[in-house]
Amino acid sequence: MTLLDSFMTRASLAGLGVAIAAAPLGCFVVWRRMAYFGDATAHAAILGVALSLAFSISVFVGALIMALLMAGTVSALSGRGYAMDTLLGVLAHSALAFGLVAVSFLQGVRLDLMAYLFGDILAVGRSDLLVIWGGAVLVVGLLAWRWQALLTATLSPDLATASGIDPRREQMILTLALAVVVAVAIKVVGVLLIAALLIIPAAAARPFASTPERMAVIAAVIGAASALGGVQVSYLFDTPTGPTIVCIAATAFALATGLDAARSGWRENR
Amino acid sequence: MSLVDVQNLAVTLGGQRVLHGVTISLQKGEIVTIVGPNGSGKSTLLRAIIGAVSPSAGSITRAPGLSIGYVPQSLHIDPTLPLTVRRFLNLPTRISDAAAATALEEAGVAPLAQRQMADLSGGQFQRVLLARALLSRPDLLILDEATQGLDQPGSAAFYRQIADVRETRGCAVLMVSHELHVVMAASDRVICLNGHVCCEGAPEHVASAPEYRALFGTGTQGALALYRHEHGHSHDHTHDHTHDHEAAE
Repeated sequence: MTLLDSFMTRASLAGLGVAIAAAPLGCFVVWRRMAYFGDATAHAAILGVALSLAFSISVFVGALIMALLMAGTVSALSGRGYAMDTLLGVLAHSALAFGLVAVSFLQGVRLDLMAYLFGDILAVGRSDLLVIWGGAVLVVGLLAWRWQALLTATLSPDLATASGIDPRREQMILTLALAVVVAVAIKVVGVLLIAALLIIPAAAARPFASTPERMAVIAAVIGAASALGGVQVSYLFDTPTGPTIVCIAATAFALATGLDAARSGWRENR
Repeated sequence: MSLVDVQNLAVTLGGQRVLHGVTISLQKGEIVTIVGPNGSGKSTLLRAIIGAVSPSAGSITRAPGLSIGYVPQSLHIDPTLPLTVRRFLNLPTRISDAAAATALEEAGVAPLAQRQMADLSGGQFQRVLLARALLSRPDLLILDEATQGLDQPGSAAFYRQIADVRETRGCAVLMVSHELHVVMAASDRVICLNGHVCCEGAPEHVASAPEYRALFGTGTQGALALYRHEHGHSHDHTHDHTHDHEAAE
């Protein structure tokens, strides 16, 4: 396994794993208008990081637990008469603020904070790779297994119920998948940019897709290319890797949107 | 045994009592229409029967293994979700191309298979929803204002198709509609709902019931006569009126 000795290889593989899991999940986040939900879950993870450092447990486990708690809270509170965007805005930013304050109580970790906010993909070790790819396989497997039911429930909860699908169970599966992706992506892009990795590749894929499956695959390709390109570009120009990955994905989105506008303009003028 | 048995159902949504004391049952192969003013709980009753809202009191018993085909009032497809007609028919169960082609043919929208759902006209969209609902070979077809947004000939054609479906497949149909005259003519039984069941029975019976007239007035009587000609009692006084309508069609 001499190949894995190179930090560049490990970083590329880590980015690839997260991108492939984030893309299909990101499609559901976009279709269901859960962008803020992704933010809230990701921001809660910083509190998990603080707690896991305080109690000396794995950062992955701490982040996963907090992300699950946050996602569960939001799911439970939704549909109880709160305006969803307000509620998510409150929860997302409070979680981030409490997390940052909690981290400040810990001695000696202040220097590491940037790594958790923006990721530290170049420091990914072999055990991190194992966790990232384990999580990615779990998420992709979960989505593939429930794909038809998830899609039906996304389209219309009533339609799903009439076919014997419980939309709440499908919502819980997405929540679980989201928490896992957040936990494994912290090392790669950090809590502030996880939502970007979910949403931007999916949004960039939309103009080129005619079916949900194609959109998920194209999003995965765009995400993977952004991750690999981001690692290379950040090495060349000595820029922070997580943000560079997101910049490349954002450029892909701008190109895709421009191309789509030009294409429909051409069609109308024909 | 009946397909669905609703006993003394009450539903409360957001602190508001929407339905109370509703007892109805649906038999094999019958077409039942629910009529009622806005906010009378028609859609809520349908959603309770498919299991989307839970009763606050009473019970809903579905026949074991009952397969329900549901056509919602409207279906908002988020613009970020690409979905062809063919792919939509695959939800929630994947079907063969042959089965999809037959379903679209029956619904009269065969050339649309590769079109995006978002690009369909209102009538095409409802026909595709119906085609999908029929793919699961339902014992009970439930339609919630399925002709909303269709013009008069469009909705008349839609209801003719429903009647055909019942003939050929023998499934029961439960529907909600605002178009009283068209719908009542096609029904075996009408249930007049306003939070509770005001009256129910054959269309002629309901149309002449005082509870129904209190809700809808007597204006629909003439229109009903236009579509149903088996009235036992004399209609001399409305005859000219009826012919006027026929000439106008």
